[in-house]
Order: sequence, then structure tokens, then C-alpha cells
Amino acid sequence: MATAAIELKNISKRFGSIQANKGVNLSVNKGEILSLLGENGSGKTTLMNMISGIYYPDEGQIFIDGEEVVIRSPKDAFRYNIGMIHQHFKLVDLFSAAENIVLGLKEEGKFDMKKVCARVAEISERYGFDIDPNKKIYEMSVSEKQTVEIIKVLYRGANILILDEPTAVLTPQETQKLFTILRRMRDDGKAIIIITHKLHEVLSLSDRVSVLRKGEFIGTVKTAETNESELTEMMVGKKVTLDIKRTDPVDPVDRLVVGSIDVINHDGVKVLDDVCFTARSGEILGIAGIAGSGQRELLECIAGLQKVQRGKVLYNNPQTGEEENLRDKTPLQIRQLGVRLSFVPEDRLGMGLVSDMDIIDNMMLRSYRKGATAFVERKDPKNLADTIIHDLEVVTPSATTPVRQLSGGNVQKVLVGREIAAAPTVLMVAYPVRGLDINSSYMIYNMLNEQKKKGVAVIFVGEDLDVLIELCDRILVIGSGKVAGIVEARDADKNEIGLLMTKSDSLQEGGAADE
Amino acid sequence: MSKQKAVKEPFIHITKKRNDMIWWKAWLIRGAAVLLALIVCAFIIVLLTGYNPIEVYKKMIEGSFATKRKVWALLQGIAMLLCISLAVTPAFKMKFWNLGAQGQVLVGALACAACMFYFKSTLPSGLLIVVMLFAAIVAGMVWALIPAFFKAHWNTNESLFTLMMNYIAIQLVSFAVASWVTSGSGVLGLLNADTNCGWLPAVFEQKYFINVATVALLTVIMYVYLKYTKHGYEIAVVGGSENTARYIGINVKSVILRTLAFSGAMCGLAGFLLVSGTHHTVTETLEGGMGFTAIMVSWLAKFNPIVMVLTSFLIVFLQRGSSEIATAFRLNESVADILTGVILFFIIGCEFFIRYEVHFRKKHKEGEE
Repeated sequence: MATAAIELKNISKRFGSIQANKGVNLSVNKGEILSLLGENGSGKTTLMNMISGIYYPDEGQIFIDGEEVVIRSPKDAFRYNIGMIHQHFKLVDLFSAAENIVLGLKEEGKFDMKKVCARVAEISERYGFDIDPNKKIYEMSVSEKQTVEIIKVLYRGANILILDEPTAVLTPQETQKLFTILRRMRDDGKAIIIITHKLHEVLSLSDRVSVLRKGEFIGTVKTAETNESELTEMMVGKKVTLDIKRTDPVDPVDRLVVGSIDVINHDGVKVLDDVCFTARSGEILGIAGIAGSGQRELLECIAGLQKVQRGKVLYNNPQTGEEENLRDKTPLQIRQLGVRLSFVPEDRLGMGLVSDMDIIDNMMLRSYRKGATAFVERKDPKNLADTIIHDLEVVTPSATTPVRQLSGGNVQKVLVGREIAAAPTVLMVAYPVRGLDINSSYMIYNMLNEQKKKGVAVIFVGEDLDVLIELCDRILVIGSGKVAGIVEARDADKNEIGLLMTKSDSLQEGGAADE
Repeated sequence: MSKQKAVKEPFIHITKKRNDMIWWKAWLIRGAAVLLALIVCAFIIVLLTGYNPIEVYKKMIEGSFATKRKVWALLQGIAMLLCISLAVTPAFKMKFWNLGAQGQVLVGALACAACMFYFKSTLPSGLLIVVMLFAAIVAGMVWALIPAFFKAHWNTNESLFTLMMNYIAIQLVSFAVASWVTSGSGVLGLLNADTNCGWLPAVFEQKYFINVATVALLTVIMYVYLKYTKHGYEIAVVGGSENTARYIGINVKSVILRTLAFSGAMCGLAGFLLVSGTHHTVTETLEGGMGFTAIMVSWLAKFNPIVMVLTSFLIVFLQRGSSEIATAFRLNESVADILTGVILFFIIGCEFFIRYEVHFRKKHKEGEE
């Protein structure tokens, strides 16, 4: 066998009492794509950070082209031609693509922007990137920014590329485009490691898969010789059934009618433009769209957190049968109207919970006003906390642990648990499974399905189109703040939704070019 | 190869602790820090002065505990510092950085002194004290509400705002003193020295008894307020995340205004205790820097009113001890300040070891090759 481009032998890393990586062995050959698969907190990113010089391993050896190397800093990694594309882009917004690409490089001779652009063009052509070197970062879409990050490492001569969850922010079409480029790089002799937890991507793209579980190295398999259920079993450690039982809605009634809403944000940008839809009881309404297309503002409008310029939000109260307009009401006024609205916001620790408070005090957020005295009552919140910890299998030292010390999945269980405990008639959830492992994700899906069976109108903002299609009854596709379409989930097509997501985007770009 | 090995790992790694330390371990570290500070100070004492450090420490303790009078002076010092520390705490818990305690105390004291000056012959002492108390509280409240109003409505920077309000308060006091004093000395002497009108009476023959008892009561009230009331809970939510507060339907503006009104009122009360119960006069330096020391007291105690008793004791004890040794050994005041500085450095510095972990490079012993 040829020598591997990069090989890790017995790598271990501890953080205090936590073993982030233990005895990891893996290798990538030139001209190969390796997927690194594992649930959140399984140590994927830690491992890659050790290759790119951000952390230093406690034990083990790293070989590049068969020679043992020591990588102490990102500079060392760069010297060994290792390039990492992080999940969160590290670009200067006001600079152009080309300026970002050469930023920090110390090249011999005079700085020549023309030469830089020529080389960027050469790299683009070679691998099929589509980029304008003079375009400023702030004018770019997420996918374009990612392209700049990839060209940046290629420009520096990287032969080993590490991509940390590159598809999390992309539409299906953009993902396909990225995969084509990655395959072309592989054929050009690059060694590529891609971190992901989307199984179908692993199967369609990579040559081999290495699996980590709780920091431990489980094994490496050839993609051609494996399947989804085997990989899941390796990842989770036990057999899991990955299906969502979708039932048909029972007597749906219009619970929430959103009519022609316009929202202009602080910067004067119209983030929602004439948005109309109806959420029905006993139904899950999915909202699909590229991140930042107005999903957050839409939910905040309904929750009374966002000022609305035009339109109405009508709530049909099932107890009184009366219709209430929630527009221009504060969250407190909405609750005082008897509207049972629960909301799991995207920013869990920044909006849904208080990170320094313990689980009990976080339970109290919804209920602390109860009682006529000036004092708070912690007995019921404590019982609720104990119930949620028990029923949802929240891993925590105790109910008095600050939530910031819990892992992402457990934080989400606490938040979703609290919101569902309020017995809502409308339940809005934004990206509820982001950062959650497979087991927790399916637990959340099941909880949403149960709420639906109870007649709750569920609004689910998601990013994984496969899940949206499997879980929801109807899917509203939003693009640049406009409703691009509402499709029946049962006969929806992923590509059709993907096209809708970008439809108004391209319209707008065309409009901008005309000016 | 071996040469490469020798440089391969950085010598020190610093990482944030993933879990909070067990409380007794944390206190063990703090105790060790005090001990270490005393040892370092001992060296400084020997090097700078040549005195026996044990003797110096003995004098330091005597400074606070030698006589009954000194013990009461210590208690009075703690009470005043603690009162102001308690006052700033609710605002700090809300992440409203109120640096204006000095000004709020001063305007409270000024309002109080003004009542003594103008109503000395018209009101009986008991009634006057009630009026003084009321005036001081209102004055402190107003002084804190001004920056709070601007913060709540236009999100102005409260640190700068409150800081500047201090200077206005100082000038107001200068102005009032200058207009009240008719003699050439320019110093406002004891107000109502002949009648003791508006002076808090001595209880159990102790002049400071009322001051100390009031603050002791306030400590308990503040502890309960922050921990067990709905208001206290709202303060914690707003301090933790304003977005969460809004999400849950808390009116952030009104919480800011309400909390600062309370904070300012307590500062005003501290001003009242300083004038009516302690100095019976007003000067620009009446609060003696306590408005800023209080910030440290509050932070060191992590905003826990009960722990603040301990931290304010520590500060006052060190201050009294250092002035005692300065006079007893005829040392320059600076030596005492150096010692106080060293001790505080260790006490504050040890929090680093409670929150962070330091890893040193392990020595590779056995043949690794």
C-alpha cells in the first residue's frame, strides 16, 4: 500500500476529567475522501484541531507522507500543507475574496493583486469553482463564502483538506456542487477529510468512513461495503430505528392565521415581505429556507418580540372561540389573553434559557409570576425539573446545575420540555435538533408528533430537508423573506423544495445587477 | 529527533474548568492564598523595616480588636462599607455597572445635612430624623434614576454616566458647604452640636449601635430580596440575558428603573447613616472612597450579601490594621498600603486558580522511543 498522506497513530487527548479522544488511528491516502463520522461530542472537531495545530495531543504520533511530524501551531500545519475549513468562516467582511485569500501570507517580492487574481482564477478553473475575486465578502451568500475559504487553503498549497460540517449551511443544490468540486480535488490527488453527521452524504461522497464514539475510535470501513444502519450502529453503539411515525391530522382547524406581514429590521432591510400562511391544529407545519431568510423574524413576530410594519397575526382561541389579533402585543399581553403559545427559539441559551441559572430556575421562567405574594415558589418548578430530567433522560449532575454546564442536547431537552409542559395550543420550534445526536433528535421528533396528536398546531423551522419531508404535513418554503411556496410534505420532492428556496434569491440578484 | 521532542509541547496550558469547583476546595485555596500573602508580607516587612513580622501582625490585629472602642469602630466601618456594597449589588446582578455609588451616597448625605441645617429649630429631633431619612433616600434614588432612565430608553453607557454624576455630586456638596459656612475657616463643623438635633441616639451606650443594627437587617433583607422574591428573580433574568427576559415577557425597562431606584435609595440611606449616625456634618470626602471599594466587596462575594459581610470585614480589617502599624512602628503609610495591596492581590488572584486549570508539561520518564 502506498504511504498515506496523513496518518494518526494512537492519538489521545484529555480536557480535565473528560477524555476527548482516546487511541484514535486513522489514515487518508492521496486521492481519497475520508468521512469522519460521529455524534456531537464524540471528539471529531477536537481530533481535527490537533491536526491543524490548535490543540496538542497528549499521546500518539502524526505522520505525513510517512514521516513523523510535530504540529504545534496552525503555522506548522500550514507548513505541512494542511488546510482546515472551519464551520464558522473566518473572513473579513469588508475585504474582497482575493484580499481575504492572501490575508496573512508573507510572499516574497512586491504585492501584486493582478497576480493573485490570476492564480485564484487558475485554481477556480481547475476545480470548477465559480467566484469573482473582486467581490466583497459581505455581498456573498454562505456558499460563496465557503468557496472563498476553500480557495484560501488551496492558494496556500494545501494537499490535505479538512472540512468541518461543510454542508450544514448549504441547500441541496449547493451541496451537490460542493461534492462535485471535492471529487475533482480527490481526482487531482488531494487528501480530503470531511466531518459530518449526515449519513446519506457520507455514503454518496466518501471512499472510506472512520467512526468515533464518545472520543473512542470505533473503526474504519469502506463506504462501498457498508450501509446506513451499520454506520448508525457504529456511531450510537446500539441498534436504533430511524423512522418517524407520521399520522394524519385529526380535524384540523385554523389556529393561527398570519396575513400579509411585512417586517423591516434595524438596518432598514425588509426581512419579511407579504408573508401569509395558516397553521392548523393537529398538524405540523414545516418552514424550510436557507439560514437567515426571515425564519427567526417570522417566529418572533408571532411571539410578540418583533415589531411588524404591516399585516396581522390572528389567533383562534379554542376555549372561547374568539379571534384575537396578536400584532403589536407584548409577550406578556399575549399570555394574559389566554393564548397558550410555546416557543423554542433558535438561540437556546441566549433567548430560551438563562445559562447561569440552574435547571429549576430555568423552569420558573414561564411560571414565576404565579401566586399573589412577592415571593417566588420553587416547589412546582423543582418537580417539573425532576420530571423532565427523568422523562427526557437529561444527563446532569443535579437539578441545581447551571444549564451552561450541560451539553447541547441536554440543554435542548430542558428547553423543549419546559415549553411542552406549558400545555400549548401553538408550539413553535426553531432548529430544535441542531447539534443534537441521533437519539436525542428522534426523541424530539417523537415529542413533536405527540403534541400534534394532542391537537397542538406545531410550527417547525428546520434545515434538514429529509427530516422536514418525513415529519411535517405541509412545508412552507421561505426565500429572502417571501413565501416561495407551500407544498404538501407527503408528495414533496427535495429538489423541488431546494429550487424554491433559492428562487427568489436569484430573482433578487438579477434585480441588483440591473441597477 | 530528541531535540525536536524537547520543544514539542508548550510548557503551560491554561484551560477553563468545565465544572465549578466544590465549595470547600475553593475555600481551601482562598485560605492558602491568605497564608501565602502573609508569608510574602513577612518578607517585605523584614526587608523594608527590619521589624519582626509576628509583632507587626500582632499590632495589625490589635488595631481592630484591642479595645471595646476599637471593636465598635471596626463594626461601624464594616457596616458603612457593607451598606454601600449591598446597595450596588442588585444593579450589578443585573449587569448594570453602577460606578456612581459615591455620588448617590453624597447627595443622600447632602440632603440629610440640608434638613439638619434648615429645620434645626423648627422640628423636634425625632421628626427631623424621619424627614432626614426620607430626604436622603429620595435624593439617592433620583441620582441613580437619571442614568437608569437614559440607559433604559436610549441604551446610553451607564458606567460613564454614573461616573460623571459623581463629580456633579461632589461639586454640589462643595457649593452647599461654601454657602452654609459663614466663618472664614471654610469648613462645615458639627451640625447642631449644641442640641444634637437630628443625631441618631446612642443605644446601649453605643453611638454606632443603630448603624450596625440597620445594616445587619439590610443584609438579611437584601439576601431574601435577591434570592426569594419575584423582583430578585427578574433581576437575575435580565442580568443573565436581556433577550430571554423579553422572550418571557419581562419589561426590561421597568426592571432597570425599579432596580436602580432601589439601589440609589440604599445609597441614600448610607448617606443618612454617615451624616445622622456618624459624622453629623457633610464634606466632599465623606464617603471616603467606599463607593468604589464597595464594587470590589460585592464582586469578591460574587454578589452574595451574606458573603459580603466577610469581604467587607476583610477590607476594613486590613485598612484599620495598616493604619495601626503605621502609627505604632512610625512607618510610612505607604508600607501599610503595600501590605494591604499584597494581601488583596493574593486574595483576588487566587480566584484564577478556582476558575481555571493549569497544566504543566509532563516529564517523559521512561524510554519512549
